[in-house]
Amino acid sequence: MSAVIDTHGHGHAAEHGDHAHPPSGLMRWVTTTNHKDIGTMYLWFAFTMLLIGGVLALTIRAELFEPGLQIVTPEFFNQLTTMHGLIMVFGAIMPAFVGFANWQIPMMIGAPDMAFARMNNWSFWLLPVAGSLLIASFFVPGGAPAAGWTMYAPLSIQMGPGMDLSIFALHIMGASSIMGSINIITTILNMRAPGMTLMKMPMFVWTWLITAYLLIAVMPVLAGAITMTLTDRHFGTSFFNAAGGGDPVMFQHIFWFFGHPEVYIMILPAFGIISQVIPAFARKPLFGYASMVYATSSIAILSFIVWAHHMFTVGLPTAGLLFFMYSTMLIAVPTGVKVFNWLATMWRGSMTFETPMLFAVGFLFVFTMGGFTGLMLAIMPVDVQLQDTYYVVAHFHYVLVAGSLFAIFAGTYFWIPKWTGRMYDETLGKWHFWLSIVFFNITFFPMHFLGLAGMPRRVPDYASQFTNFNQISSVGAFGFGLSQLLFLYIVLKCSVFGKGEKAPARPWEGADTLEWTHLPSPAPYHSFHEQPEVK
Amino acid sequence: MNSNLGRLTGLTGGLMLALYTGLASAAYRVNFQPPVTRIAGEIYNLHMLMMYVILVIFCIVFGVMFYSIYAHRKSVGHKAAQFHENTTVEIIWTVIPFLILIGIAWPATKTVIDFKDTSNPDITIEATGYQWKWGYDYLKGEGKGISFLSTLTTPQDQIHNLEPKDKHYLLEVDNPMVVPVGKKVRVLTTAEDVIHSFWVPAFGIKQDAFPGFVRDTWFRADKEGTYRGQCAELCGKNHGFMPIVVKVVSQEEYTQWVAEQKKKASALAEDPNKQWTLADLQARGAKVYAANCAACHQATGKGLPPTFPALDGSKIATGDKAAHINRVLNGKPGTAMVAFGKQLSDTDIAAVITYERNAWGNKTGDMVQPAEVKAARK
Ligand SMILES: [Cu+2]
Repeated sequence: MSAVIDTHGHGHAAEHGDHAHPPSGLMRWVTTTNHKDIGTMYLWFAFTMLLIGGVLALTIRAELFEPGLQIVTPEFFNQLTTMHGLIMVFGAIMPAFVGFANWQIPMMIGAPDMAFARMNNWSFWLLPVAGSLLIASFFVPGGAPAAGWTMYAPLSIQMGPGMDLSIFALHIMGASSIMGSINIITTILNMRAPGMTLMKMPMFVWTWLITAYLLIAVMPVLAGAITMTLTDRHFGTSFFNAAGGGDPVMFQHIFWFFGHPEVYIMILPAFGIISQVIPAFARKPLFGYASMVYATSSIAILSFIVWAHHMFTVGLPTAGLLFFMYSTMLIAVPTGVKVFNWLATMWRGSMTFETPMLFAVGFLFVFTMGGFTGLMLAIMPVDVQLQDTYYVVAHFHYVLVAGSLFAIFAGTYFWIPKWTGRMYDETLGKWHFWLSIVFFNITFFPMHFLGLAGMPRRVPDYASQFTNFNQISSVGAFGFGLSQLLFLYIVLKCSVFGKGEKAPARPWEGADTLEWTHLPSPAPYHSFHEQPEVK
Repeated sequence: MNSNLGRLTGLTGGLMLALYTGLASAAYRVNFQPPVTRIAGEIYNLHMLMMYVILVIFCIVFGVMFYSIYAHRKSVGHKAAQFHENTTVEIIWTVIPFLILIGIAWPATKTVIDFKDTSNPDITIEATGYQWKWGYDYLKGEGKGISFLSTLTTPQDQIHNLEPKDKHYLLEVDNPMVVPVGKKVRVLTTAEDVIHSFWVPAFGIKQDAFPGFVRDTWFRADKEGTYRGQCAELCGKNHGFMPIVVKVVSQEEYTQWVAEQKKKASALAEDPNKQWTLADLQARGAKVYAANCAACHQATGKGLPPTFPALDGSKIATGDKAAHINRVLNGKPGTAMVAFGKQLSDTDIAAVITYERNAWGNKTGDMVQPAEVKAARK
């Protein structure tokens, strides 16, 4: 890798000394402090977890194919839903975005690496440990936790040792996220190329800067909640036990004070990716850059005052209900601004629809539907009917799968030429998009109807009138799951196998950030030792 | 080739037709259940209002998007404009959504206030969530003092696909809650073990039930009938198997039902000082065990360790009798073992303890009389 000459031709190889020649084999990956290596590891870790979480999801959908208990027992079913949630949120989506941050932030701001390279290595290597603990909980007596990914007390107090393993896993993942965030913030604030003011940063960098602050603010809150659960379980405290003067509702307040910003942690970097992809393929600058920055910041700030909309049925006082209803509705405004800005970016552009753009437009279309159902759920009286039903399941998969995951796909196709030096297979990429979006909707659209008609979530069995839509949904889920193997093949082909057309430095006509304009493809192992000048 | 195409078209047409007729049937319900309270009706209307608003926005936004995709493509030779901001437009699309939101918030606020108004009920019923059944205590109004448990009646064989499923599969109980039509019923919710949630879709109510706390909600049903809901908060392994069934009856029928319940209660009242034989206690205990204990500790007494420990050979079930009585009466805090003192009569508790101490490998020969249980209650 280090043999690749960088465009500036400053003869870096001579200055680098021995760190230009990393140890080979496994030790390269264990000891690496290179942001590109670490980014790659984050992305592969996330994809592995996505597949594991996906297998759990397919088991759930297989059980729900018809009423009655066929494949799993109710207690194992609850373990599946819980672990599917934890693995996808903490193992797949969050690490994938950190992977993007590692690869892209230094290249997009013209920095040679992340600010704290060794800590970066540590942040990553904590993750496989945490992931293993999480999965190991399936194999301890009593199995994995079965209290839902929200781990509401006092049900979480009843769980076996699997719960403790998961709590430790979440602690470790939280530590990893916090270190990653400190690294990202420091890198962005201190290592930008001369001339790159904050308001000239690419939108992806902006969204990550805000996300990193959110992470630092709320990961300790989650750690607090689960630590209290741990002491309630083993050390005789009664934080959540009414008999000892505690309150189970307090857990929910603390959890969702973390949980709602967490939702934006998983979507803001997606907004960032989409904000890079759409202008590139519309060959037109991002519309309303400044209002995008303000909208992202307001979403982040609002995210701290809406948490109780997850708790509309706990019996809050009227004033509380109204406050949280209004504040939640307010989020529609900045989110709307973002969608309108993307549309205005497309408007009168000169668009082409390669796979990244397809996923970005798909994101726009399907994520917005998730936004609409979000608005529906903000209306407290309507939410009362829909809380804890399949409608909610549909809603958050529209924003997390069609939102975050589709953005991750868009970003991967967009940047993989820069990462690997190879173009991905465009035909297969398009197949991947169309299969994903069609099967996604077959899987999740019927869930709206199930929820409206009254099917609760987290049940292994259901009344017969829900059968038809569940069957459609299960068929869609298997289609969606299998389609992701195509993605694996496409990525393996241009990364591990190094096949495919050679990528030019700037394969996308409209892409104008530093990694495209100043670096060859693949990006050299060490880039921007000399910082570029930004006008 | 052509015939293949023809067959494909025929097949697609057939599928579409099947889908269409299918959609028309109730099995494809795409909206809320028909509302039978004013609140549920308001919720229904709010949802429809929102749907229209959303549909209009959807059409405008994606109309613009798809037009742009159609017209502003490089392949049709469209050249990119270079504009990238327009303050007027940006202010307009910030302000308009805001105004729409205010338009929605107005009716929603009225419903919220209505929803929370639990004052002046005709009847007050406490609904207690247990793992995994509901208990109903009529606290005030006509029927005061009535108290019973309400458990799923769907047989295990139907759940395990060994026999065909009933019409009301999973939504049927032994003792439904009964209320008179047109009366304001306040429901207090609480729980014994973990959080449950009392949800009847047709009434538009869902209220979480917390152990150690009491919350409330209300409904006034406008139409007689049987309405079915389910526990809506994950509460452990049988969360999907604790339905709620409410029968709304005429005032006369309700009065009659109350009288019957009172009569039944006095007939059932058993003499706690009666001396039972071991065989009788065991026979009764086996039934109590199947209804209350087997879900966790299993019919085999082997449990599902570590969450649900085995009773077969356990220290409690083969050791000191008083400790065993205490455990069943008061439960074990911090575990899934709940206090059965409030749920079961002295006789039932005596019977089930006797059963547990003699079933499987626990051949202790011990017998517990109802009087001992009564004495153990403080
Ligand atoms: Cu329950």
